[in-house]
Amino acid sequence: MDFSDSPKEAAFRAEAKAWLASNVPSAAELDGLDPLTAAKLWQKRKYDAGWACITWPKEFGGRGASAIEQVIWNQEESKFQGLPGGVFSIGQGMAAPTLMTWANDEAKARFIPKLASGEEIWCQLFSEPAGGSDLAALRTRAVKDGDEWVINGQKIWTSGAHYSDWAILVVRTDPSVPKHKGLTYFYINMKSPGVEVKPIKQISGEAHFNEVYFTDVRVPDSQRLGAVGQGWQVSLTTLMNERASIGAGGSAVGFDSVFKLAQKVEIDDRPAIENASVRAKLADWYCQESGLRYTAYRTLTALSRGAIPGPENSIGKLVGAPKTQDMASFAMDLLEQAGAIRDESLSEEMALYQNTYLSIPGLRIAGGTDEIMANIIAERVLGLPQDVRVDKGIPFSEVPTGGAK
Amino acid sequence: MNFEFSEDQNLLREQARGFLADNCPTTVVRKVLNAETGHDADLWRKVVDMGWTATAIPEEFGGLGLGYLELCVIAEELGRAVAPIPFSSSVYLATEALLLAGSQAQKEKWLPKLAAGEVIGTFAMAEGAGRTTAKSIKTRVSGGRITGTKVPVPDAAVAGIAVVLAGHNGGDGGTLCLVELGQGTSVTPVRTVDPSRGHAELRLDGAACEILGREGEGFTLTQTILDRAAVLFAWEQVGGSEAALEQARAYALGRYAFGRPIASYQAIKHKLANMYVKNTLARSNCYYGAWALNANAPELRVAAATARVSATQAYYFASKENIQTHGGMGYTWEFDCQFYYRRAKLLSVAIGSEALWQDRLITAIEQNTAA
Repeated sequence: MDFSDSPKEAAFRAEAKAWLASNVPSAAELDGLDPLTAAKLWQKRKYDAGWACITWPKEFGGRGASAIEQVIWNQEESKFQGLPGGVFSIGQGMAAPTLMTWANDEAKARFIPKLASGEEIWCQLFSEPAGGSDLAALRTRAVKDGDEWVINGQKIWTSGAHYSDWAILVVRTDPSVPKHKGLTYFYINMKSPGVEVKPIKQISGEAHFNEVYFTDVRVPDSQRLGAVGQGWQVSLTTLMNERASIGAGGSAVGFDSVFKLAQKVEIDDRPAIENASVRAKLADWYCQESGLRYTAYRTLTALSRGAIPGPENSIGKLVGAPKTQDMASFAMDLLEQAGAIRDESLSEEMALYQNTYLSIPGLRIAGGTDEIMANIIAERVLGLPQDVRVDKGIPFSEVPTGGAK
Repeated sequence: MNFEFSEDQNLLREQARGFLADNCPTTVVRKVLNAETGHDADLWRKVVDMGWTATAIPEEFGGLGLGYLELCVIAEELGRAVAPIPFSSSVYLATEALLLAGSQAQKEKWLPKLAAGEVIGTFAMAEGAGRTTAKSIKTRVSGGRITGTKVPVPDAAVAGIAVVLAGHNGGDGGTLCLVELGQGTSVTPVRTVDPSRGHAELRLDGAACEILGREGEGFTLTQTILDRAAVLFAWEQVGGSEAALEQARAYALGRYAFGRPIASYQAIKHKLANMYVKNTLARSNCYYGAWALNANAPELRVAAATARVSATQAYYFASKENIQTHGGMGYTWEFDCQFYYRRAKLLSVAIGSEALWQDRLITAIEQNTAA
């Protein structure tokens, strides 16, 4: 057991480090740019030098790097604070793997390099008001009309829909068969006539998500991925990658930040860190963070030996999101009455804990709720049976809905 | 990055698991529990014959000279089997204390005997309720004689030697002593929550002893002994915790209620998923602990406490929820669920409680960040 790079890994790290040192954009360079433009600038620079989406094949703009090299790259890139990014994660993390698996060569050549370069941004049109955890209950309809499909319905919780160029989309093409069998998968141009995007204001006051409405939107049949009725199977390719990429995110609220806060604020005129119950809680969170870190190291070791990431990776999000929520809440408790203040000029850490407290409930839901993640572990890791499904084998049009249409 | 056991170590794990499946089925644990004999002498002899007590002892002292990763592998399997033998007392504690603090002569005298299982060792720290501190400790050593009462002492009834933490008026407030049990010592068995592992009160009435390390260094040495032992205890805990999950899973798949396996209800599925999550985090922390122990890395203090806290929590959770998954049958003497529930608590207080190790963890992090 050791943590050091192999000679090959060390050489790769040195190369990555050297390139980053001379190519990371300066603050002056980014000054005044809106976040989207700044993100595209940095992505394009990486792409031109062969440092974008490095695990992808060279023909798609990557460099055919290994999973371990991706981690090394991430480690080195994240040493530079404040680099723009984030807007590409859905396209690169979910749309691209789906296209690579299911699209024809022409479409791959047309779309995947532009995903790598950041020239085109993609979003994911899956969830609906009537289909969240039970995604296959979605109701947006597509009806064939010659060489085109006509789409009507509504999607929801679509991150980045307002700035996206393209989208992956799953719709119902046959309501007369059981729900998983009547779905078909497409990609569509977000500028198509009849697509309307409306932002959703979250409890944090921000609007990262959108509702997307479809009114007689026409999509060519050539933009179908997989066969008609095979949409569920195609969706699983996307969802596997969604869980892998959402689970990877860290949070600014973690052991280090709350530990420092507990050293700074006082309980009864003594540093809070001297309080036994504060120490016990911090120790538990440290153990969780450490457990996730070394679980990831074990996964990386398996990856570097050629294994494929499996459902056990659900653990990262299942543990990480509730931990962050509890830590933000606890940090606010340490501040006592001032914990309520969410004014960046008055609060500790520019209201980091208050902002996290208000935004984190979304992370426990996005990309599979805590409960769905627990089901995945129970069913796919521990091999326990699925729940009894009362809609199994029944035509979708006859499934009870509780009033939704 | 290579964060995995080697092929040889995995082979050792398979061999150990097979050996314990043959020689330590739960009927062996039950036999000790029913008879309250404290340990299974037959199993102990076989384990000694396998060479496990000699694993990490250097060859110059009659050991196999393997590393601590191998010892961690064995610890996990012993934990999985809920083995009723004095392995932790003799190997993780007494042997480690001698390796750390013994003089050349002490090592030459005792380590070959410990390696060969001719002598069982133990570690005597507690003197009744509460944490052992320089203030609380009453046992005293003077002129090569030691006097005091230690309780509970694991495996004292079968031990030939005990490493005893005595108080001291200078230094760090403690002195470690090596005591041959016999003349001047008396052992009275005490009942514990886990009678498959014997414990006793050890009375020292001016018994002859040798100092281990230097006088006034006993607490400092004990901290290092506990850090090292914590990693090995944590591996035992993770082994037991995983066995409890496997038992709960098997029962939930076979038990039907309302016309379907109870394993198909989310209340049970999420309970087992939760066990899996806690076990996985604990295991990964134990990997880190194993690395730190084996490399004798400066990170050991943090790594040991992290492994210990998460393994303690995981085993407690898995063992209690295993009973819950079994319903009424899980609460009967007849079923095996009790073994894990008993052992989980015994191990969790054996070298300091969860709260103590949480505190040690934060203290270690404070020291690292201040440095």
